[in-house]
Amino acid sequence: MNKIVAVIGGGVAGLETSIQLEKLGYKVNLYEKDSELGGHAGKWDRLFPNRRHATEVIDSLTSRIKDKVQINLVATVNQIKRENGSFLVEANGKSQKADAIVLTTGFELFPASKKEEYGYGIFDNVITSAELEKMFADHGKPQSTTGKTPEKIAIIHCVGSRDEKVNRPYCSKVCCVTAVKQAIEIKEAIPTAEVYCFYMDLRMFGPGYEDLYKEAQVKGVNFIRGRLSETSEMEGSRVLIKAEDTLSSKPLKMTVDMVVLMVGMSPLPSTEKILKDLELSPNNDGFVQVKDYHLEPTHTKAEGVFVAGACTGPNNITDSVNAAHSAALEVHKYLTSK
Amino acid sequence: MVNFGYTPLPTHIHDMDKASLTLADSISFEDASFNLCIACGSCTATCTAGSFTNFSFRQMCHQIKRGESKQAIAESEKCMLCGKCTLACPRNVNTRNIIRLVRKANQTI
Ligand code: SF4
Ligand code: SF4
Ligand code: SF4
Repeated sequence: MNKIVAVIGGGVAGLETSIQLEKLGYKVNLYEKDSELGGHAGKWDRLFPNRRHATEVIDSLTSRIKDKVQINLVATVNQIKRENGSFLVEANGKSQKADAIVLTTGFELFPASKKEEYGYGIFDNVITSAELEKMFADHGKPQSTTGKTPEKIAIIHCVGSRDEKVNRPYCSKVCCVTAVKQAIEIKEAIPTAEVYCFYMDLRMFGPGYEDLYKEAQVKGVNFIRGRLSETSEMEGSRVLIKAEDTLSSKPLKMTVDMVVLMVGMSPLPSTEKILKDLELSPNNDGFVQVKDYHLEPTHTKAEGVFVAGACTGPNNITDSVNAAHSAALEVHKYLTSK
Repeated sequence: MVNFGYTPLPTHIHDMDKASLTLADSISFEDASFNLCIACGSCTATCTAGSFTNFSFRQMCHQIKRGESKQAIAESEKCMLCGKCTLACPRNVNTRNIIRLVRKANQTI
């Protein structure tokens, strides 16, 4: 069998799809726009709910990729054309044939500066959850811009999610549990630190997530129900934050050393072009529309085009792996019936 | 100076920079189940005292967490220690013991 499948995106979903397709005997062309495989998960320090190192998961995936996967790094797919019942995929000026396509293009983190009133990119000590992960990876603990250890930290949920003002009406699903995980990690790294999570709802949907929430409570993390309205910078680069404490129906303010924004998952702008080429349209939230949300979640409406992972909407690693398995099987069924 | 009869309005804001959380810290030190409340309100819904007064165990805990110790201590007097709330709490907060600790704090302050 020498059929070729193009997998577009080398994050968790793309890696797992490639592994499965290779096992089924296909030749895979994997395209990754960055210089490394692993996607967003590869840049994370530790994962919820068990706080294992993200590298463990990514290394396991990459080590299972064998010779029949052609890995194209720094390869942005510019165009996909249909030709005699198959596809022609063009990246970096080179076109390669494919018999089926799997979109695993993933997402982008919400660009926090779009929520200007939160002060990201304006005030020094307003950072994103991704930047906090990097601090954990580099120094094992958060650090303010002056190199000082912050003693009072506010974690803000739903930044670029559940917010029609920034055209992101949906819930990003993974940031509540990420917030709780990071709050625990801050407490472990700096036991004297005061940590406050500002949430609207705590959406602890997965196995072990509620336990993590309880662990955070036991460790003394404070949870305040209310959405941040705005920040302002105070003396010494501290940050004043304002929210309503909705459980007592009163406005609340506090000065903190650091604000961590739980940025949501947004549709990746470059996916849009690929969808156009394939005559597909995005769903209401801007992610890839699947054929049938309940019954065919890894099909698209276009023949021979399948999809897996967070390009279909907010997703955790388990969801991505499951979708990848399903997509690989659907590709196999499609190519063997063709 | 001419008195125009204006005075500053009392602030309605929780200023967490000024709030004293001594009571919250001591209760959570003595009974860590205090931390586990998820503000579901089951305790208040089932509360015997709550049928006759405006007592809310959930609200009392919240007051403690915002540094409103005086109000919380006054509220705690309304509880009759029947223990129904303990049976209802999904998070196993040791509610009656929290009441006891609040009352004890009243005697020591
Ligand atoms: S998972 Fe939590 S923080 Fe993230 S968007 Fe949903 S409610 Fe907000
Ligand atoms: S113990 Fe107190 S707070 Fe609990 S149900 Fe009885 S009266 Fe209400
Ligand atoms: S029943 Fe328990 S968790 Fe619910 S509000 Fe009361 S103390 Fe909190």
